[in-house]
Amino acid sequence: MKKLMKGNEALGEGAIKAGCAAYFGYPITPQNELTEYMSKRMLEEKRVFLQSESELAAINMVLGASAAGVKAMTSSSSPGISLKQEGLSYMAGCELPALIVNVQRGGPGLGNIAGSQADYFQATKGGGHGDYHLIVLAPSSVQEMFEMPAQAFALAEKYRNPVMILADGVVGQILEPMEEVKVDSTYHGDRSWVLDGCQGRAPRKIRSLLMEEGALEEHNIKLQKKYKVIKEQEQRCQKQNTEKADIILVAYGTSARVCYSAMLAARKKGLSVGLLRPLTLWPFPVKAIAELTGTAKAFLTVEMSAGQMVEDVKLAVNGRKPVHFYGRAGGGMPTEEEILKEIEKI
Amino acid sequence: MKKVYCKPESMTDIEHKYCPGCGHGLVHRLVAEVIDELGVRERTIGIAPVGCAVFAYDYWNFDVTEAPHGRPPAVATGIKRVLPDRIVFTYQGDGDLAAIGMAETVHAANRGENITVIFINNAIYGMTTGQMAPTTLLGMKTTTTPFGRDKNLAGYPIKVCELLATLAGTAYLERCAVNNVKNIINTKKAIKKAFEMQKENKGYSLIEVLSQCPPNWGLSLKESLKFVQEDMTKQFPLGVIKDIYA
Ligand SMILES: Cc1ncc(C[n+]2csc(CCOP(=O)(O)OP(=O)(O)O)c2C)c(N)n1
Ligand code: SF4
Repeated sequence: MKKLMKGNEALGEGAIKAGCAAYFGYPITPQNELTEYMSKRMLEEKRVFLQSESELAAINMVLGASAAGVKAMTSSSSPGISLKQEGLSYMAGCELPALIVNVQRGGPGLGNIAGSQADYFQATKGGGHGDYHLIVLAPSSVQEMFEMPAQAFALAEKYRNPVMILADGVVGQILEPMEEVKVDSTYHGDRSWVLDGCQGRAPRKIRSLLMEEGALEEHNIKLQKKYKVIKEQEQRCQKQNTEKADIILVAYGTSARVCYSAMLAARKKGLSVGLLRPLTLWPFPVKAIAELTGTAKAFLTVEMSAGQMVEDVKLAVNGRKPVHFYGRAGGGMPTEEEILKEIEKI
Repeated sequence: MKKVYCKPESMTDIEHKYCPGCGHGLVHRLVAEVIDELGVRERTIGIAPVGCAVFAYDYWNFDVTEAPHGRPPAVATGIKRVLPDRIVFTYQGDGDLAAIGMAETVHAANRGENITVIFINNAIYGMTTGQMAPTTLLGMKTTTTPFGRDKNLAGYPIKVCELLATLAGTAYLERCAVNNVKNIINTKKAIKKAFEMQKENKGYSLIEVLSQCPPNWGLSLKESLKFVQEDMTKQFPLGVIKDIYA
């Protein structure tokens, strides 16, 4: 049965259905519905909800709950996500699984509260200090806001790595019919590292400080090996009309929704246009894009930013075909007409 | 023959890297003895700070996690909320607890988290080699107060226990020292009481321990012990600052 839900709330319910045992967060627009939803539903489910004193505190509460072996999450929007970066770097270093949700808003600085995709670099290139990656998922509908938390927890546990759902203010606020499909709530991966008291086993330590000669380099080599496996195995994307299309639109999240309409309008006009929508932003769907360089004549990347993901599209295309860009920064949203115009220019 | 002294089970065999005369090693041991005596080693989770005591995870023989600088109270909150029947404590220096982590300290205390905080006040940043701490005494020379701490430039030393005593969420706050045998015995008593309270779900407790850092104070051990006795206790009086069950 379908029901009407807001993106932010669907994400909350999806996380609960995925077995999230603890939520920690600090209010910020445009993700407040998620924190508010959790404040009610988590208590109803007899799970942990805590409104923290800051995003710094929230991410470190997540660090603690994750170290204690439960599915834990936090959510915020751009400025708050900046504050979480130190904690995320520690969690990547300590290899702790968790779900972090960024319902992006316009920046830089306090910016505005409109939907935006300007945190792509921060999300996909590390964000905090040190050589690390988050796994990054990009929902573009309320249905996906509901389903992605389960996928995120599964990936986080399988690879012992924090996973970010990179949404935006539009998909967070939109009201859409969605179906509460059954999602996976099992705990994936081994738990031989969990801190829950050393009863009947040797004490365990969780740390990222590795001062012994060569130890940190060795740890980094191990992390890079893991990232390589993730890059090989977890690239995900959705392709629509991409086979034999001359022009491939590449867009994620809300801009992919607009691109979908633009693609249909262009095809009505007889233009050969397809859409590739990355579902994972890291690992980026390099293979799928590279494959299309054989048949496509050009790529057009559309973003609600001044041009961030386009760099990864260019790397994937690797000079074989031209890569164009259209984007609007500061909370602006590309329209169907604007995209159509860009397509016609190519 | 009766055994009167041995290494607590809650300590590992790893050799401490602390400087001679440092208070950290002493307090580590007191914590370990208390955990042994309460029989809670197998359900204790410790949180080590960023500071000289970061290596605490090597020295304690139970589960320990690291936390970013200043964030142990938030990490402890996360652990305790999902595992309320475990014994969860943080161990923090004055920079960690009262400078970068003051917000986390105040709010964990104010929420009345059922955790124990062991707070090492050595009036200086040890690990980064001797800069001013929020607890540095007025007039005290550090590498960032080369002319002595000036209240007009750097404000006043913070009395953490007195500050937290104003919060309804705190249950037990005591200030101790480890500069002589009497004070060490008393510190252990206070630490034990704090852990016992947590075991009985009696709420938030913090034990502040005035602790010596001879190399960064530029004093001999003997002078350091005297500095604690004569100078530090003037600014930071010893004793129970708050006990809602007394
Ligand atoms: C975010 C961050 N800022 C600064 C530092 C550097 N740093 C490490 S320990 C420390 C202060 C330690 O002093 P204190 O907490 O008093 O502990 P002590 O070493 O004296 O025991 C600082 C500033 C850091 N590791 N992380
Ligand atoms: S620098 Fe000070 S606090 Fe650090 S180990 Fe040495 S004496 Fe202890």
